Amino acid sequence: MSATSARPSPAAQPSGSAFILKKALISALVALVLFSLMIGIRTEAGPQGGLIYWTRFGDLAALVGTVFGGSIIVELLRQWWGPVDKDSIVPKPVQSAISFAGRWLAPALLMFALLVPVIFYNQRYILDLSILVLTYVMLGWGLNVVVGLAGLLDLGYVAFYAVGAYSYALLATNFGLSFWVCLPLAGILAAFWGVLLGFPVLRLRGDYLAIVTLAFGEIIRLVIINWQSLTGGPNGVSGIPRPTMFGIPLTPGDDGLAARLGIEFSPTHRLVFLFYLILAMALLTNWVTIRLRRLPIGRAWEALREDEVACRALGINTTTTKLTAFATGAMFGGFAGAFFATRQGFISPESFTFQESALVLAIVVLGGMGSQLGVALAALAMIGGFELFRGFDQYRMLVFGIAMVLLMIWRPRGLIGHRAPTVFLERNQAISSDLVKEGHG
Amino acid sequence: MDYFAQQLINGLVLGSIYGLIAIGYTMVYGIVGMINFAHGDIFMIGGFIALISFLVLVSLGLTAIPLILLIVLLVSMAITALYGWTIERIAYRPLRHSFRLAPMLSAIGMSFVLTNFSQVSQGARVKPVPPIITGGYTLHEGSQGFAVQLSNIQIMVVLATIVVLALFTWLVSRTRLGRDMRACEQDQTMAALLGVDVDRTISMTFVIGAALAAVAGMMYLLYYGLVDFFMGFVAGIKAFTAAVLGGIGSLPGAMLGGLAIGLIETFWSAYFSVEYKDVAAFSILIVVLIFMPTGLLGRPEVEKV
Repeated sequence: MSATSARPSPAAQPSGSAFILKKALISALVALVLFSLMIGIRTEAGPQGGLIYWTRFGDLAALVGTVFGGSIIVELLRQWWGPVDKDSIVPKPVQSAISFAGRWLAPALLMFALLVPVIFYNQRYILDLSILVLTYVMLGWGLNVVVGLAGLLDLGYVAFYAVGAYSYALLATNFGLSFWVCLPLAGILAAFWGVLLGFPVLRLRGDYLAIVTLAFGEIIRLVIINWQSLTGGPNGVSGIPRPTMFGIPLTPGDDGLAARLGIEFSPTHRLVFLFYLILAMALLTNWVTIRLRRLPIGRAWEALREDEVACRALGINTTTTKLTAFATGAMFGGFAGAFFATRQGFISPESFTFQESALVLAIVVLGGMGSQLGVALAALAMIGGFELFRGFDQYRMLVFGIAMVLLMIWRPRGLIGHRAPTVFLERNQAISSDLVKEGHG
Repeated sequence: MDYFAQQLINGLVLGSIYGLIAIGYTMVYGIVGMINFAHGDIFMIGGFIALISFLVLVSLGLTAIPLILLIVLLVSMAITALYGWTIERIAYRPLRHSFRLAPMLSAIGMSFVLTNFSQVSQGARVKPVPPIITGGYTLHEGSQGFAVQLSNIQIMVVLATIVVLALFTWLVSRTRLGRDMRACEQDQTMAALLGVDVDRTISMTFVIGAALAAVAGMMYLLYYGLVDFFMGFVAGIKAFTAAVLGGIGSLPGAMLGGLAIGLIETFWSAYFSVEYKDVAAFSILIVVLIFMPTGLLGRPEVEKV
């Protein structure tokens, strides 16, 4: 199979064509058994309600052949690549490259992001896509506070996104409040739910925490689906007002922005406005996170991630530390949710499934748990890569899953998996995060 | 009272299915210390394989129902077990010594792969099967015309669960493999020093867990008469909830938790509202964990710096 053995030195592995062939044969055999019924036979509910089936042995043979060929290639590649050494201290050239990239990549990306609406003004699709990417960047940065900084594994982050989205949608459609009034309200409400979730999980650790947050996310979604009188149930809320530019609507009317500026109206104006809005919100998230990190509370979060028991022994109040982490992360999720609602104009519970939580978590972990730049790059890669497969709609999630597994095997610590120490003696030296033992918080 | 008894029966049957899945979660957690997110989907795959092999056997001209069921059970257990083995080999083994979140994300990815694999290969529509085991007994004729029913399929689900559990308990407590498993659970390094093949034991854990999930999948198919590609997610979450509720890592706890979740869900739908039955199950989980952070039968974790 395509698995690499973990710790023992790979030099001890046998090589030679007989070995490769044997391995490939075993893989093909396993694939044959695995796919025999699932691929070889296709079932479908027949016209009379009973089940019918037909065979697809051609597909089965092709797939097994692919596995055979694939495992030969993988094995050859691995022998050609040679043993992989794990460096604990990031080597000098890599370190200077990282610091160089860190210094220049982020400003370059930011400049590029600022210029996106100018460059792609006429390409609606790219503008839409970049708004989507930025939404996930913001969600990623928000979850990064909880998972990346405080080390609290949250599998229900989408709940706060949903709370934010529904807060804005319901306040705006029922009471006619404007986006700018609702935005802070959505954030506050989401933060409130974050604290509410935080209380019961204070004593829980690791995987218990994970399952409770997952359950919490599901509860919120189920309540939204079933509380039809308030949320419209599965039909969702439609007719959510579009945002205004501080009171000036972006419509073709006489009081619209275009008319006031004396330029011709174009629907792209709204997209550009939305783009800069989410960019500003994402940057705000980033800025707040970076600032908080240097404050005692941020230091406490990171200490909590590394070791909860030691943290408590040093007199850090873990209760407030955890609750503030949950509240901060949830607040940004709520902001992003309100933005999502105003962008879409329509929301339904379908947008807030566990898949979304998993996607955001994957972005954070792939980004390197705590690295702001990494999260942004991961969001770009994930959402962008996801879009590449838009044509093959039904294979999209399949490819996404495979990519997630492969990326984890390739880089378990994420794209930027090093820790930049906040306090250092003499010189600032990044260490590989393999050296850091995660706490169990 | 009759209504109550009927719900009790329904709840126990549902709980048995959850319990069988929950054992897979708890076993893997006990040994490797990771949440095998793909386990719910393994259960779904088990259901699908049971369905397909049943269809093939019937069209081949077999008529003896018990024989068909036996073959279906064995085929489904064998192939699903191979799925478990393969997943461990591809997605989890390379990450065994990695940090905590990596295998979990890999498992979430694997869960997506399995869900969408069966959607792509078998289509998105629900696959119904005609009732295979029919008939039953009326236990008690109520005064308002409400009768307490115990159907044959319910008896079969509970019996199969008991038999499988008995076999499984024997395997864990009396065989060499079971001893290795318990040794690995306590201390992998020490077990390896004493000659236990840790890799093989972990593989076998996944194989056994998947086989149990296959039994659950087949029982689900027989009991509800349908499978679809998405059923693994909800069942998986609930079974995992059951495992956590019972105290993750504890085998009797998993079964107890499964029964508890099954009963809560059935009684909630019977007496309060069907829509909120999942909310009830998850809320109970949260409440239990607040007061007993390690579940009903879990051992408290002692942590040192």
